[in-house]
Amino acid sequence: MPTKTYAGKTVEVTDEGFLVNPDDWTEDMAPEIAKEEGIEELTDMHWKVIRFMREDFKERGQIPSIRRMKNVGGIPTADLYKLFPGAPAKKAAKIAGLGKPEGCV
Amino acid sequence: MKKLLILGAGTAGTIMANKLAPVLDKSEWEITIVDREEIHYYQPGFLFIPFGIYTREDIIKPKRDFFPPGVEVIMSEIEQIMPDDNKVKLSNGKILPYDYLIIATGSRVNPAEIEGLLDGGGWRQNIFDFYTPDGALALAKYLKYWEGGRLVVNVAEMPIKCPVAPLEFVFLADWWFTEQGIRDKVEIEYVTPLPGAFTKPRAAKFLGNFLEKKNIHLTADFNIARVDAGKNKIVSWDEREVEYDLLVTIPTNMGADVIARSGMGDDLNFIPTDKHTLQSKKWENIFVIGDATDLPSSKAGSVAHFEAEVLYENFLRAIDGRPLLPKFDGHANCFIESGFGKGILIDFNYDVEPLPGKYPLPGIGPFSLLEETRMNHWGKMMFRWVYWNLLLKGSEMPIEAQMNMAGKRQ
Ligand SMILES: Cc1cc2nc3c(=O)[nH]c(=O)nc-3n(C[C@H](O)[C@H](O)[C@H](O)COP(=O)(O)OP(=O)(O)OC[C@H]3O[C@@H](n4cnc5c(N)ncnc54)[C@H](O)[C@@H]3O)c2cc1C
Repeated sequence: MPTKTYAGKTVEVTDEGFLVNPDDWTEDMAPEIAKEEGIEELTDMHWKVIRFMREDFKERGQIPSIRRMKNVGGIPTADLYKLFPGAPAKKAAKIAGLGKPEGCV
Repeated sequence: MKKLLILGAGTAGTIMANKLAPVLDKSEWEITIVDREEIHYYQPGFLFIPFGIYTREDIIKPKRDFFPPGVEVIMSEIEQIMPDDNKVKLSNGKILPYDYLIIATGSRVNPAEIEGLLDGGGWRQNIFDFYTPDGALALAKYLKYWEGGRLVVNVAEMPIKCPVAPLEFVFLADWWFTEQGIRDKVEIEYVTPLPGAFTKPRAAKFLGNFLEKKNIHLTADFNIARVDAGKNKIVSWDEREVEYDLLVTIPTNMGADVIARSGMGDDLNFIPTDKHTLQSKKWENIFVIGDATDLPSSKAGSVAHFEAEVLYENFLRAIDGRPLLPKFDGHANCFIESGFGKGILIDFNYDVEPLPGKYPLPGIGPFSLLEETRMNHWGKMMFRWVYWNLLLKGSEMPIEAQMNMAGKRQ
């Protein structure tokens, strides 16, 4: 398994760079992962998404889909695409230290 | 008396009734099956309707022709499942208690999920679906008189049932417009949220080449946000636009509404199900089969058939108090109609993507995997006969439920 160092901590990642153990993740790693994904600064809006994803994952053991973020998290899909351009579900999950979302092929 | 209740008498529910009725002891078991529709639609046939290859008569039969003797049939809307009480409520208020429940309520398209699709003014004017009998029939009428322009085929989001059907649609469209002598007046564009033509890399590449060969333009990674029916264009979340004269949409596929009403599904009303045993993840006496599950396999009739073999065994084990066997491997087998009397066949499971080779007899065939042949086209057309006469009846078929590596080349 490859490893990466974020915020001074070395963690296991998959070939595609997703954290293997969501529990390894701490909030101070997020800005560094975000930079690698081309997001220079994490705003409050970004954090709202990241925190919702973390909490929902803790509760249900599953990475929330874009639809769930809209229906349950109250995050409009258009916002998600602006915050995490390209592939929001994948990028946000990566920055939140979660695995690769299942629906993503 | 113990009660087995089957919800939904489409492909999967009908197969399960036919498999279980002959083996469950009649002095011990009562089997009931519920569906709201008297007509059984052969859904794979929807693909051929827009091009006048099948008519409505070719794809319908009465559901009642397919139920085994000794099964109680109730034609009614299912209002709600109450899994904690082992009860199901029908729309007339009648309560059906059960010991075991098999849910086979399928999936359906929900155009209301996409802004402007149903309510923008274009629906069934120059926007059609072919995943419903009404949509396919309306599209047939429209195509008959269409003089050409930009045909855009858009898959709204994954997963959809029969994920190859939209590709088959563009292949057939290319053939049909050629036959009509207007291919030079039609531009065909295939717009998908996937990064390529299909979900699995090797098949995606193979099928992508076909699109190119047939001069069908591929727009990938397109996640539709809305339809601007006034301006005849679809717009993605990242503000890309594709213009159309005729839009054929595969709207969001969702599990049955009753699953949402019962609080048993995920965001798309698919039921969390063990992907190897087909038992509900939450309730021990509930099994789920066919399109209704949240399995990461294709949603197809062939898959329902393979699942049925596993569910049959596991159901009998469950009532005997034996542990379930994790035998479902995600096996799918799909004929892909590629136009001009030819077809392609793919065979794959959770772990193995479609590979070239021969099927079902290794080295012999008669069908060829990941290859375009006339024989594969006949397989596709024969499937209707197989569906009505063997598959729905739960008959043994000369193919294994689990995918077989023999006959495949790496
Ligand atoms: C255009 C198209 C092409 C396809 N091509 C192929 C192909 O080539 N090969 C292939 O293998 N598969 C194909 N499929 C897929 C295949 O038809 C389905 O995967 C299969 O029918 C699923 O079976 P099912 O029993 O899960 O659902 P269904 O057969 O859809 O049955 C669900 C049943 O539940 C009933 N129901 C739902 N809710 C309620 C309620 N509240 N009350 C009462 N009844 C209810 C419905 O009336 C229905 O009869 C295609 C599908 C489409 C749309």
